[in-house]
Amino acid sequence: MKIWAPLLAVLALVIIAWLGAGVFEWTSLFGIIIPYTAFAILVLGFIYRVIKWAQSPVPFRIPTTCGQQESLPWIKQDKIENPSKTWEVVGRMALEILFFRSLFRNTQTEKREDKLGFGSSKWLWLGSLVFHWSMLIIVLRHLRYFLYPVPAFVQGLEKLDGFLQVGVPVLYLTDVFVVLGITYLFLRRVVIPQVKYISLAADYFPLFLLLGIATSGILMRYGLKVDIASVKDFAMSLVTFKPQVIPEIGTIFYVHLFLVSSLVAYFPWSKLMHAGGIFMSPTRNLANNSRAVRHINPWNYEVKTHTYEEYEDEFREKMRKVGLPLERE
Amino acid sequence: MAKLPKKEELLQYNYQVPATDWMDTPVEFKPGTYCYGAKGKNLEAVGFPNARDWSPSEEDWKLPEDWKGTVLEGIADRLSKYRSFRLFMDICVRCGACADKCHFYIGSGDPKNMPVLRAELLRSIYRRYFTTSGKLLGRLAGARDLTEEVIKEWWYYFFQCTECRRCSVYCPYGIDQAEITMMGRELLNLLGLNTDWISGPVANCYLKGNHVGLEPQTIMSNIEIMLEDIETITGKKIEPRFNRKGAEILFVAPSGDLFADPGIYTCMGYLMLFEQIGLDYTMSTYASEGGNFGFFTSNEMAKRLNAKIYAEAKRLGVKWILGGECGHMWRVINQYMDTWNGPADFLEVPVSPITGTKFTNAASTKMVHITEFTADLIYHNKIKLDPSRNDHLRVTFHDSCNTARGMGLLEEPRYILQKVCNHFYEMPEETIREKTLCCGSGAGLNAGENMEMRLRGGFPRANAVRYVHERYGVNVLANICAIDRAAFPALMNYWVPGVEVMGVHELLGNALVMDGEIERTMDLRMRPLPGKGDDDDV
Ligand code: SF4
Ligand code: SF4
Repeated sequence: MKIWAPLLAVLALVIIAWLGAGVFEWTSLFGIIIPYTAFAILVLGFIYRVIKWAQSPVPFRIPTTCGQQESLPWIKQDKIENPSKTWEVVGRMALEILFFRSLFRNTQTEKREDKLGFGSSKWLWLGSLVFHWSMLIIVLRHLRYFLYPVPAFVQGLEKLDGFLQVGVPVLYLTDVFVVLGITYLFLRRVVIPQVKYISLAADYFPLFLLLGIATSGILMRYGLKVDIASVKDFAMSLVTFKPQVIPEIGTIFYVHLFLVSSLVAYFPWSKLMHAGGIFMSPTRNLANNSRAVRHINPWNYEVKTHTYEEYEDEFREKMRKVGLPLERE
Repeated sequence: MAKLPKKEELLQYNYQVPATDWMDTPVEFKPGTYCYGAKGKNLEAVGFPNARDWSPSEEDWKLPEDWKGTVLEGIADRLSKYRSFRLFMDICVRCGACADKCHFYIGSGDPKNMPVLRAELLRSIYRRYFTTSGKLLGRLAGARDLTEEVIKEWWYYFFQCTECRRCSVYCPYGIDQAEITMMGRELLNLLGLNTDWISGPVANCYLKGNHVGLEPQTIMSNIEIMLEDIETITGKKIEPRFNRKGAEILFVAPSGDLFADPGIYTCMGYLMLFEQIGLDYTMSTYASEGGNFGFFTSNEMAKRLNAKIYAEAKRLGVKWILGGECGHMWRVINQYMDTWNGPADFLEVPVSPITGTKFTNAASTKMVHITEFTADLIYHNKIKLDPSRNDHLRVTFHDSCNTARGMGLLEEPRYILQKVCNHFYEMPEETIREKTLCCGSGAGLNAGENMEMRLRGGFPRANAVRYVHERYGVNVLANICAIDRAAFPALMNYWVPGVEVMGVHELLGNALVMDGEIERTMDLRMRPLPGKGDDDDV
């Protein structure tokens, strides 16, 4: 159920787009209204979610320290893993966000009879890194459709991505990597029993959706070719807010676009928001300096305590006997 | 207390997952794996809700009338107060990187001890009542209804988490199950569902000043015994003063160090050191607890217990505070105390009166960790050490979870150890420093009745100790934590017999050369030092 339901859902999305845009030719719906709406949902939804998180304060300074603290001057502080200054925190966050530092630590625990072993296990790190970086480059490459003239860095990226120079059109490495990445992330979810055990439909759905997007994109580029010039015209019309559907674009394009629209509209309401959340995680984005600088809790309130006076009142006689000084004799 | 299973039986587990989905796998309350329920009188003493006697093994947990409403309101309230909570409910991708990092999972194979599933226990309720997808799609979205069974499951597994934060180190988003466990325990506390082993010490600490419930005269007589031993061992008569106004420094130790073997040896080490350097300090019978079991019930209770330290420092008019060897005590001091009960503007930025070192890293909180203080003394050659007095010991060091992952106090104790003993060996890389494996008894789980679970939770750590025991003949597990000192002896006895448990300052006390002392023939445990004194000519 956890696997089939999301798979069927994604297939349904494909069929909807195929029927809607291909058979019924509701091209303005699938080409203009839905993409605009989906994009608006993404932007507004993302902002909404971030604001929602930001509305809850960070009452305590709770970084998870992963290295030596700043203490005596002759003890070497691990400034990245246990930052005490803002720029050190920036360094730590950059490593997390760009290179998945914490995932890199991953180990695998094994039990052999009465002994435990902790082996290195970098596959998840590698798979995630390959997937996320490929995604990023692919998204940036797509800027070529939305910008005129195409910026130099986008062209450079395309060159780099296609440096193998195989096939016509040139094969992009990221196209291969992204599919490999998604496949890996999917396979580990079904193959590793523990991961399968914790997985939800909400973990499979985005994977299937991304796979659908990648497949339709790749089909468009290498198989069922679409007219790139029309795609560009169409994309430009969208970004300049003079939307115009161009009839010659193949149905596969609408499938691709509809899946992308589904993904971006789904994004803010799903676990994909880890993309925004990682920036806000209090165990990572705070300096470990709470002994040097007082951290303020906005909802700190007075509490009832047991005062020294009450304590002395209760134990006065006993304290006197053992010669402890008293406030009141 | 349930009979302890044999090692072979305990190790009869594997990491296979059950055939049924976790939501359909009911929790089984097996004796030896859970703590007794809180006593009514202890809850009442501090004004906790739904005070009554109850037992987790009984069917009826005597929940209050509108328990469901209380829990849901409690969740809403905490979502709005803690960004960590809201965020950690939302952004987990269930990648499983944290799964096999928890010592309770490693040692039990129970999938609900994977940090990610422990979180899902609460997250599933969050989804059901606080997210649209959960409301609409229910189980398909990983949501489930809040029932009494869920409450029991929470209780079982949130008191099977030592809030050690190891999972948080490996999570790509830093999701900290300790934080979620704290929220879970707060919610349970709203229903009066605490454990006896936590609520007892909380009540004690509130009324008597320390967890173990030592009254002032008992503290004094305990210290008296230590002083007699120190005199026998060193020939030196020392007289620490308590509750003394006008001292420069207030020293606060975990009460375990004032109470029982082997903590008292650590305490003797502190006292000898302070005497030798002529420190102008006092201890307090009122603020006689550095640890904080309140931290294992609710944020508010933790703050209430912690307030004593600053209050007493103010009353006594000291300049700054020095803190003893304790794990969760230092998590609290480093990350919470100043925020709760500060600003400590009546104190001064700590300066070591011996070396002149200014502890700027404690400029606001004004509390220094004793290993920072001592490492500084040694670095400046202010004390004389004879490490050969520890030559009969082969030492390894256990990083406490809290000082490692909630502070980063890694090198200070190691520096001291390197100077006070000649045989020091590290456990394997994957099991120390920020990756340290928990003793399995933290966060208030060091009771007797849940010994099986403690042994399981402590197994990964013991496994690493066994490695250095077999390889280098290690026979001492050094540490800087009162819970470790209380918990490890039983654990070592079970898993790695022949390894003793000592605080860093006990080892320091052995090595410390005191002015005018007699020739040492005994260590602080009053056992003959091989090659010294009596048996020289044997
Ligand atoms: S490592 Fe973090 S994101 Fe991955 S399953 Fe654990 S808590 Fe969730
Ligand atoms: S905090 Fe420690 S005990 Fe709790 S789930 Fe994480 S690893 Fe396990």
